[in-house]
Amino acid sequence: MSDKVILLAHGSGGRLSHDLVEKLFVRYFDNPTLLQLDDSAVVPIPESQAPFHGTGDQVLSPLPASPVRLAFSTDSYVVSPLFFPGGDIGKLAVCGTVNDLSMSGAWPLWLSAGFIIEEGLPLAELERLVASMAATAELAGVQIVTGDTKVVDRGSADKLFINTAGVGLVPPGVEIAGDRAQPGDVVLLSGTIGDHGMTIMTQREGLRFDSPLESDCAPLNRLVADLLAAVFFPSGEKSGEGGALRCLRDPTRGGLATALNELAARSGVGIEIEETAVPVREAVRGACELLGLDPLYVANEGKLVAIVAPEVADAALAALRAHEYGREAAVIGRVTDAHRGRVVQRTALGAHRVVDMLVGEQLPRIC
Amino acid sequence: MKYVDEFRDPELARTLLARTAARSTRPLRLMEFCGGHTHAIMRYGLRTLLPPTVDLRSGPGCPVCVTANADLDRAIALSKVPEVILTTFGDMVRVPGSRESLQDAKARGADVRMVYSTLDALGIARQNPQRPVIFLGVGFETTAPTIAAAILQAQSEGLRNLTVLSLHKLTPPATRAILDAGELAIDGIIGPGHVTTIIGSDAWQFLPADHGVPVAIAGFEPLDILRAVADLVEMVETGRPAVANTYARSVTPQGNRAALEAMDRVFEVSTAQWRGFGPVPASGLSIRADFERFDAGRLFDVDPGPTVEHKGCLCGDVLRGTVTPPECPLFDKACTPVRPIGPCMVSAEGACAAYYQFARDAL
Repeated sequence: MSDKVILLAHGSGGRLSHDLVEKLFVRYFDNPTLLQLDDSAVVPIPESQAPFHGTGDQVLSPLPASPVRLAFSTDSYVVSPLFFPGGDIGKLAVCGTVNDLSMSGAWPLWLSAGFIIEEGLPLAELERLVASMAATAELAGVQIVTGDTKVVDRGSADKLFINTAGVGLVPPGVEIAGDRAQPGDVVLLSGTIGDHGMTIMTQREGLRFDSPLESDCAPLNRLVADLLAAVFFPSGEKSGEGGALRCLRDPTRGGLATALNELAARSGVGIEIEETAVPVREAVRGACELLGLDPLYVANEGKLVAIVAPEVADAALAALRAHEYGREAAVIGRVTDAHRGRVVQRTALGAHRVVDMLVGEQLPRIC
Repeated sequence: MKYVDEFRDPELARTLLARTAARSTRPLRLMEFCGGHTHAIMRYGLRTLLPPTVDLRSGPGCPVCVTANADLDRAIALSKVPEVILTTFGDMVRVPGSRESLQDAKARGADVRMVYSTLDALGIARQNPQRPVIFLGVGFETTAPTIAAAILQAQSEGLRNLTVLSLHKLTPPATRAILDAGELAIDGIIGPGHVTTIIGSDAWQFLPADHGVPVAIAGFEPLDILRAVADLVEMVETGRPAVANTYARSVTPQGNRAALEAMDRVFEVSTAQWRGFGPVPASGLSIRADFERFDAGRLFDVDPGPTVEHKGCLCGDVLRGTVTPPECPLFDKACTPVRPIGPCMVSAEGACAAYYQFARDAL
């Protein structure tokens, strides 16, 4: 029965979402670029061919292939409520796509913005959100260069949905992909986890905590640029190589656990993390404790996981910590050739446990 | 977090473990009644830290898991009554009934809403005065008082559209049923901390008195559980079974008087159907006749269809402790959290889900 209709859990970022992508979308859209299944597609800019052949048989001289590659990504935003501590759906829509592009090592340049608006949305709210998008784009140094607007009947959408797509450029020598982690590599995390997800969840549930939670929603492209620079120039001179930065992921839906599982599976390696090394804010831990959730599975919107070669780990960590969005960065674990495809956590008590992918929505316990 | 971290202190854990290992001379099997304990044990990897003499078995303490298929089918049928809003705690929606789950019914148009407390159900009933709002009352002595309170609140407000399908169950009768059945030799019980906060530790005196089995009431932090195991080992080794309360920061001998009174006003003890056990006398809570207009079981006449048990699923045996999850032939094969066949693979308190999530392929 469950096979026949879409369930909410198909959108949760966990195992069912993966099944949907791999067994439906990939099956039909099948192509090598899509099969990378990274946060954004990275394509070479080919030697110019057909597009420059006009209908009038005029032939332009072919342009050479570019050393720069194109990164391309899209994401839709349906968060409720539209405004939350630390951000809003507009800021999220810009950061999300900027971050997806950044996770392939691209410098994001241009975004599109599509709005699906429910009849009755106050214009003042829309204006606040658009202003927020503009401010975030400015902060990230990207431009929103094209867009679209649709208005649907009351009840056909929940207030406002936004889609953004983005294009960026990947410098030569940068080879970041989910399948490049190797045993011995070091796993870095740019800061605390669970801030965004718990902020939204507590807004939805109308819970209030002594120390207010705030979404970590932020554009990470400058952080990634600094990280790349550190790996290329680990000691101030050009002695490193771009390939030493193997994988980047922003652990959004499904949280850190799901991001690490994806990397372990794609690279065919094991990942071991230390429970005590993963930074979690007190308020987030408290809220998770209360709702029976594990912060490892809670969404982030301004964090990244980086897997780097051991020889550049120190430089990478220092680069992250030097940046305002990476002050609490930490080494959280290592890539291993044991338990391939699995993520294992060493608990505070010294025992080991498997950290599986998220299945369905994380739900509160009932007793 | 203050007040929690001290119950996860690695240094203290090592000390307790060393003491337990030194004291434990003979093999013993302990049952943790509560699914919350099973998850904490797996989450912190406690099984691998305890001495090999100590065998931990999970028990029937997962309210979602012990809900019989026939009862679940009835809830699903209720969700399809026109205009009905069925409210439930989250885990219930994914449990497969005889033919489908509440989640399937929802995807096909039933108005099923997950709530975090009965207060949410009250709120939904107030906001939708024209529609019947049914709360699916699944739980033990921990949730029953809150549902009793919601019914009393609805009564005092004159709220006429909120009803409850009461599938509540009582934990001491289930424990007694396991020991009476004698399928499994059990040397000690890790008693449920939250339930006992309500019913009081005296409610477990029958275990040492009638069955000679010691019980240690435990909280849900790793040190709580290790302390309970240490106490049980001590009582077994000395041959002096008793009720040890290792969760005294929450549990008293008499329990929570106000909660018990609210429960008693609204509910009466009745026979309940348990998955894996069948009917257990005096183990459930039905809504009293005085409150019958809040009883969805009486007000709605639905046909849940024939009950079908899932072929090969050993949830019943897992709940009685006679089988561990990996011993079920469906475990991690036909039955996974993505496509669960039995409820123990679904619930956040289910034993199969705990084994699958934290300890697949013993590392």
